[in-house]
Amino acid sequence: MTASLIGIFVVAVFIENYVLNQILGLCPFIGVSNKIDSALGMGLAVTFVMVMAGVVCWSVQTFLLVPLQLEYLQTISFILVIAALVQFVEMVIRKTAPALYQALGVFLPLITTNCAVLGVALLNVKKNYGLLESAVNSFGGGTGFLFALIIMAGIRERLDISDLPDAMKGSPVAFVTAGLLATAFMGFSGLV
Amino acid sequence: MLIQIISAVLVLGVLGFIFGAILSYASVKFEVHVDPLIEKTLELMPGANCGGCGYPGCAAMAEAIVKKGVPVETCPVISSLNRRRVEELLGLTQPGDEAKKPVFKAALIKCNGLDSDEYKKFEYLGVANCQAAVLLQNGPWLCPHRCMGLGSCVAACPFGAITIGPHHLPVVNEDKCTACGNCLRACPKQIIELVDKEKVVHVKCNSIERGPDTRKVCQVGCIGCGICVKNCAFDAIKVENNLAHIDYEKCVGCGACVAKCPQKTIIMEDKPAFKGRRAVIRQEECIGCTICFKVCKFSAVNGGTPKEKHAIYPEKCVGCGLCAEKCPKKCIDMEDKAS
Repeated sequence: MTASLIGIFVVAVFIENYVLNQILGLCPFIGVSNKIDSALGMGLAVTFVMVMAGVVCWSVQTFLLVPLQLEYLQTISFILVIAALVQFVEMVIRKTAPALYQALGVFLPLITTNCAVLGVALLNVKKNYGLLESAVNSFGGGTGFLFALIIMAGIRERLDISDLPDAMKGSPVAFVTAGLLATAFMGFSGLV
Repeated sequence: MLIQIISAVLVLGVLGFIFGAILSYASVKFEVHVDPLIEKTLELMPGANCGGCGYPGCAAMAEAIVKKGVPVETCPVISSLNRRRVEELLGLTQPGDEAKKPVFKAALIKCNGLDSDEYKKFEYLGVANCQAAVLLQNGPWLCPHRCMGLGSCVAACPFGAITIGPHHLPVVNEDKCTACGNCLRACPKQIIELVDKEKVVHVKCNSIERGPDTRKVCQVGCIGCGICVKNCAFDAIKVENNLAHIDYEKCVGCGACVAKCPQKTIIMEDKPAFKGRRAVIRQEECIGCTICFKVCKFSAVNGGTPKEKHAIYPEKCVGCGLCAEKCPKKCIDMEDKAS
């Protein structure tokens, strides 16, 4: 059991990395990867929301949609869950941890529209995971996102101060970097 | 079929209702009291989040204004109208108070250096960044105070008001400049200053080297000769550390110093070929009130007897414009000298 959970985690982080392998959540991956600090904040916020969303969506699916044979309402109800969850988490953090709220800032509401979060919730269902497996897979997905974001931010911080051709400055070189990173992550495919 | 539809509607409706209920409960339970004054102040802030005030963005500035009593002027960008509104909102001034005349400032690049190989120590091919260039032999220019011209100020400007113009010198678009001061901090040579936008005469040099030393490394640098000081009718220029300084409180922008500066260090904005000005009286409108005769500091006005029409002695007039300003009939024109 433990071994299979570790396996799920490793697969989610490296082999099926949500950003670099499944190409989900590219908006924050490009948008918030300018500085390592903000990348860390965004990655942690996404990880947190992913785990919460994974668990709640799994419960909604298992206890509500399947018994009532309403699986086709998956997408819309998951979006509802995620949107409400992000709002709730934002309120709680704002009240209980103002410092964390300041640090996460605008990233929290942005996560509502992050497709990686919805992707995790849907893939949990598709792969027939149990509650614990869903939680681990979501956590792995979030960690993988965090990894990808930080690696990207680290590279971009260095690219910023290096001498690039004008045409490549900014977004173009970021896309090229993302492509190379994704290629590199394909090397993990034989791991498990 | 109907049951399916109803159950779908019910499930989503109930889900939405539950989440809505949780959220509305949470919004009360976890409510954070934000001072409504802060929100109103924030609405009046410029919202550029430029950081010119030293706070991380307008929200932090608004909070500091309300909670810590930081003066509203700390924001260099805020319009005078909004500043008054904030002050009225916080009860700092009453609506009827005399409004201070706002001074709008813009960045001034205090260097006019020419782009000639003669004035270069070496060709710099490193990272295009002024801070980096300074680290290497204090930059590629012979003059230690010359603008690097690599555009760190351009990169620091959040309003796109600075561009690199001729001679690798930055050009400030005064319409876009909000005087946030980011470029001042970005410049490793500290040659940028915030100056009233209305003022047109500037010393475009910041070299404190002795005259002969400056002359060796620059054709247009201030050598501290003091000719401008002698020619200023308003006592607005003084030379300190071999460098002329204009007191913008006193300067009227007459351009007498611009015309006389041997190095062409002092310039008149937008008039590269400025040679000074001269007052001309429109004889037919002059009533001989003697006011111009009295205000002229250079005895350049003919007359003094009431009712006698005045005339200007061109050789004595320095073009300060004082008479034109004081003339009750507004019959004195300031003309640019041709050569």
